[in-house]
Amino acid sequence: MTTPYVRIDHVSKRYGDTVAVNNVSLDINKGEIFCLLGGSGCGKTTLLRMLAGFETPSSGALYIDGQNLADIPPYERPVNMMFQSYALFPHMSVEANISFGLEQERITRPEIKRRVAEILDIVKLGDYAKRKPHQLSGGQRQRVALARALVKRPKLLLLDEPLGALDRKLREHTQFELISIQEKLGVTFVVVTHDQEEAMTLASRVGVMNRGEIVQVGTPRDIYEFPATRFVADFIGSVNLFDGKLSEDEPEFVRVGCPQLPAPVYIDHGMSAPPGADCWVAIRPEKIELGRTAPAGPDNWAHGVVQGIAYLGDMSVYLIRLDSGREVRVTQANRTRKPEEQFKWDESVYLCWDAGSPVVGMG
Amino acid sequence: MRPRRFGRQLVTAVPMLWLLLFFMVPFILVFGISFTQAQLSIPPYSPLWEWVDHRVLALRVHLSNYAFLATDALYISSYLYSLKVAAISTFWCLLLGYPMAYGIARAAPATRSLLLMLVILPFWTSFLLRVYAWIGLLKNNGVINNILMSLGVIHEPIVMMQTDFAVYIGIVYSYLPFMILPLYANLEKHDRTLLEAAADLGARPWKAFMRVTLPLSLPGIIAGAMLVFIPAVGEYVIPSLLGRSDQLMIGRVLSDEFFENRDWPVASAVAIAMLLLLVIPIVIFQRQQGREMAHK
Repeated sequence: MTTPYVRIDHVSKRYGDTVAVNNVSLDINKGEIFCLLGGSGCGKTTLLRMLAGFETPSSGALYIDGQNLADIPPYERPVNMMFQSYALFPHMSVEANISFGLEQERITRPEIKRRVAEILDIVKLGDYAKRKPHQLSGGQRQRVALARALVKRPKLLLLDEPLGALDRKLREHTQFELISIQEKLGVTFVVVTHDQEEAMTLASRVGVMNRGEIVQVGTPRDIYEFPATRFVADFIGSVNLFDGKLSEDEPEFVRVGCPQLPAPVYIDHGMSAPPGADCWVAIRPEKIELGRTAPAGPDNWAHGVVQGIAYLGDMSVYLIRLDSGREVRVTQANRTRKPEEQFKWDESVYLCWDAGSPVVGMG
Repeated sequence: MRPRRFGRQLVTAVPMLWLLLFFMVPFILVFGISFTQAQLSIPPYSPLWEWVDHRVLALRVHLSNYAFLATDALYISSYLYSLKVAAISTFWCLLLGYPMAYGIARAAPATRSLLLMLVILPFWTSFLLRVYAWIGLLKNNGVINNILMSLGVIHEPIVMMQTDFAVYIGIVYSYLPFMILPLYANLEKHDRTLLEAAADLGARPWKAFMRVTLPLSLPGIIAGAMLVFIPAVGEYVIPSLLGRSDQLMIGRVLSDEFFENRDWPVASAVAIAMLLLLVIPIVIFQRQQGREMAHK
């Protein structure tokens, strides 16, 4: 097992009575893009600022490459940050902004010039070197901020909502550009975001935070398909959550009875909990199949009436009211153009899903 | 003309009229008087123009007042002394005022308004009274000397009154708020993440200040320096009460010329020369600033 590059070891941060970060332990590997994902006030930015050195942990320790950061002030840390507001120096040209960090080190003038030119080339801003920040577009400013942080060749680059200020089209483009730059330079990225889409596309691993704690760490796929807690299931993507009771628990499967569903939910793995225990079941909208005939099996189905349809082109979102009164969200890919395959308002439909699709959890 | 534009012009017309009546007209009068000659009459100067034989309008422009200013050592040395006193006072105001403005801008919002009020508080007492209070502090048997003597630090009083030192104290004390307020207004708007960014990029706090905060506060420094320097050059009360009697500042010279000598033309020339001395560098400076802004 390799030693982690960045180690966050039982770190807490308290402001008076409020706990911003609560006993977080996290290992980040060299060269990966790690995303801290959570709503506002979940402590993700505080954690990032502790890594940068702008906040000191109330307890716990931070290590980069084996080095304890405790007594290292921000201006000596091998860490650079790309600020949410970019924080470009308004009185300096693009070039001066980028060389600022290098001028603080013992680097010769020609070497600084060479490195600035190199990074300007990477972020494709060579023609804008003499411009001032206010003469640039939002996307260009974002790239200056990135270049300014990267030119120092930090061991760790911190990005605070890196795409937050960009419009949608630009975001998608920039997302892939960020990844390719990261791959080219091999710098370890820690990204903070509240936007799950941003986290999913950028990150090799995601840490979901809630109320100052890390609730789950995993690949974007893990987080989406196997949420560890009800919070994660609910926070990432859209999901239909049902409360229920465990009725059968075998090594190969479990059966959950949900009052809002007419049939039990059958899931193809065990969970070793006492029968009758309270649990929740989460089913993603795209994993539910809609049909006009009753499904064959005894499990994993429901019946309802189409209450709403949102046609999005590539797919449609159906809002279905079950017989129990519960509303369920279902998405269906629009694979054909035939109108008879589309479901209509107030149509009676059956819902069914695979035994591998639902996620079951407790608490 | 549309009525909307008329309303807009009316609004700007009021301050324009004010400036015309109470600045431009007196200025033109003073400018005119500076080209006349003193004589015993009412008003005490020769007319600038007169009718010769009721047919020819003769303009009598005397440049002698300006020639007099340029040749008499008293005026030149007073001008130079005034510029020196104003420059040194401005420097000290900046040196004292900058940390104060910075401190206020960085204070918690509740403390901030309290501190700002403390800066403005001296204005609630009469300016003259405050300068007199300094006499009480600085004179040979004043508060400062008495304390130092009773403590045994000194055995003879330090002569502070009627010195340049007393003038600097008086001007710096009186004009400090004019330095602090524009500086505060500037510093308060600074984005603190810029300093975090500088630190993040490896700049120690002092370096970050020099490379980020200081250049960004330059407009505040210029505004404050002008608000202190310009009135300080023409300062009359403080040097008269606290300053030397062997070296006068130009404000005192002007007042003596006007009230003691009743030489209105020379007094006017002194005033115009002082105005030009101040306005020309400022106009040049602002032109340059404007050109720089246009470049941006």
